[in-house]
Amino acid sequence: MALTETKRTKLEMAEKPDGLEGPGFFAGKLEDLVGMARKNSIWPLPFATSCCGIEFMATMASHYDLGRFGSERLSFSPRQADLLMVMGTISKKMGPILKQVYIQMAEPRWVLSVGACASSGGIFDTYSVLQGIDRIIPVDVYVPGCPPRPEQILEGVMKIQELVEKESFRRRQSAEYKELLGKYGIE
Amino acid sequence: MATAEEKVYSTLNLGPTHPATHGIFQNVLHMDGEIIIDAEPTIGYIHRSFEKLAERRPFNQITPITDRLNYCSSPINNMGWHMTVEKLIGAELPKRVEYLRVIIMELARIADHIICNSVIGVDTGALTGFTYIFQWREKIYDIYEEICGARLTTNVGRIGGFERQWSEKAWTMIDAFMKEFPKGLKEFESLLVRNRIFMERTIKAGPVSADMALSYGFTGPNLRAAGVDYDVRVMNPYSSYQDFDFIVPIGTQGDVYDRFMVRQEEMWQSMSIINQAIAKVDKKKGEFHGDVPEFYLPEKADVYNNMEALIYHFKIVMGETDVPKGEVYHAVEGANGELGFYLISDGGRTPYRLHFRRPCFIYYQAYPEIIKGGMLSDAILTMSSMNVIAGELDA
Amino acid sequence: MLKHTSKPADEKTKALCDATFAKLQAAFGSAIEKAEVEYDFPEITVSRDKIFEILKFLKEDKEQDYHFLTTMCGLHYPENKGHEFGLMYQLHNMPQNRRIRIKTFFPASDLEMPTVIPLWDSANWMERQEFDFFGIRFKGHPNLKRILNMEDIDFFPMRKDFALEDPTRDDKDDSMFGR
Repeated sequence: MALTETKRTKLEMAEKPDGLEGPGFFAGKLEDLVGMARKNSIWPLPFATSCCGIEFMATMASHYDLGRFGSERLSFSPRQADLLMVMGTISKKMGPILKQVYIQMAEPRWVLSVGACASSGGIFDTYSVLQGIDRIIPVDVYVPGCPPRPEQILEGVMKIQELVEKESFRRRQSAEYKELLGKYGIE
Repeated sequence: MATAEEKVYSTLNLGPTHPATHGIFQNVLHMDGEIIIDAEPTIGYIHRSFEKLAERRPFNQITPITDRLNYCSSPINNMGWHMTVEKLIGAELPKRVEYLRVIIMELARIADHIICNSVIGVDTGALTGFTYIFQWREKIYDIYEEICGARLTTNVGRIGGFERQWSEKAWTMIDAFMKEFPKGLKEFESLLVRNRIFMERTIKAGPVSADMALSYGFTGPNLRAAGVDYDVRVMNPYSSYQDFDFIVPIGTQGDVYDRFMVRQEEMWQSMSIINQAIAKVDKKKGEFHGDVPEFYLPEKADVYNNMEALIYHFKIVMGETDVPKGEVYHAVEGANGELGFYLISDGGRTPYRLHFRRPCFIYYQAYPEIIKGGMLSDAILTMSSMNVIAGELDA
Repeated sequence: MLKHTSKPADEKTKALCDATFAKLQAAFGSAIEKAEVEYDFPEITVSRDKIFEILKFLKEDKEQDYHFLTTMCGLHYPENKGHEFGLMYQLHNMPQNRRIRIKTFFPASDLEMPTVIPLWDSANWMERQEFDFFGIRFKGHPNLKRILNMEDIDFFPMRKDFALEDPTRDDKDDSMFGR
């Protein structure tokens, strides 16, 4: 497997947010800087239940490498995770457990629903499968596919990164957010 | 001070969401310090009611459901289902198609054993093996994608053969894989097989005797590690497996190391089978499907010109094919053991009853018995070495 | 328009079926109802009252020696009044490579079966699964709880009169999706 040569000589680490720059200092909006830091260090909680979980394993492996996006460290403890990635079918038996895991996560938290089964029940329109996790928890980004290719999962993570970057500090205390959680019965 | 009778055991919930249990099943462990006294498993967290779903779907629409049984090796499930329906209607396929099926099934077996063995390594702390060998799984995904379009849940082939002739690119990829994978597998082996730490962790952990294995309905690598040489490919050959020359590896004690080594050797044997099959198949020309007009779509040119082909096309697409009444059971050697399909057909467009004999479901019952008296870390290793796939457990 | 016809059973299987049927009839008389060969499996239908003894005989008799329970599966035929529910056992004799299927039927008003856990440990979860799906109660089972569905539901999903789809979905148009 030979590496191909690239012609790039200038390596960009990240897009610089707007701000006032001078020798030895950079002044910008706190929200922009915190957003930039947060989006490049999301700690996901892989809630892998079925086939989409195997595609997630392929995404974490060296070929597609989720670690490039700052998500090298997976957190299986909800207390320390930022992003809940629900991958796979959620049955009605599993629903309360998913909700409990979501409630245990600390703000700010995002939810990525990977795969058709998590987004809407998928091909399983049956008595035992929950028809979409947005019936019990609020979801930020849906990734369709059965299973989605690793590139699609990475795009889902990138869309989450856009949301993370642009999020305002006051969003989690706002009345709309509390109303949203209230609709799901979460305090 | 607690006397001997009043010992209080602690309860540990190895919950459904746990990084070390690869899949969602719960075990409530009663422990005396680090030793496990009892375990109560709970499954069903991913019950997707396949058996009920199958009663609603026409025969060729059931293949995607079978994909999701043991999703690490979907082609084996697909082929098993196709062979069941072919047995029901009495269709015979040309040798070339059966050899192509053998190639796909053995690739799937290699893919599944890659996951299982690398995950045993991960559970002992050896993450390097996982990252090295998963690259080869990507190569197998590329081969699947070229043949049928999907990576993981393949829905490969049709009742009657394959949907199209395998392209030259697919054959190039298969040849390249067969040439380079032995190096990758040897590299993986050199990390773990004679590794002192790995051997100390896994030998004598979670042993299963042959009697216990047979009583608990074990099949597949778990049974072979316990010493019983039962392999459906040898005992009830299907898809021309009798034309191939391969060894069935068995172990002695049925512990984690034996299961790991049996799977390792099975990967080498699968590669030998694939090489034999490639030698027997003419890559450029030949049939890629049998004559099964009830289920296999006719050529488009015929559909436009021939009345009979038009009727068959309509019936297949609408799912209104005629099948005989009857009951048939067909078993294939899945990566975990004997995967059986028990199909009762009443002549209608969908099965009357379809029951999957799922090996994981049957042998996971023995798990509490196996880990009793052992330590918690051995329990984790036993679970990952038994290769419990949640999709096959719950169906 | 059937192009293929299923292959007739081969002579060896027919001979095995007849021999086993004769042996069982000699031992159990009228409890053995009928025997036929389905594709490549000898299938023997027996009555429920002697099912445990029949399976024990098949397992422990030196000549029969069906030491492995491959699978067990519940059946529901709502039109057969008096014999609505059934249970199918598939046994395997590995050294001699023989397989056999035993079926038994019982009415909907009396869904009780003896457990076969004393013979094969693998029957434990298989019986729980059939209880979960059909409601067949197994006398003597140590832990007869639901296994795949949630424990507190009160319906038995695999029965023919139970609908497949999720009842809470209101966005699918039934006439288009054929629910």
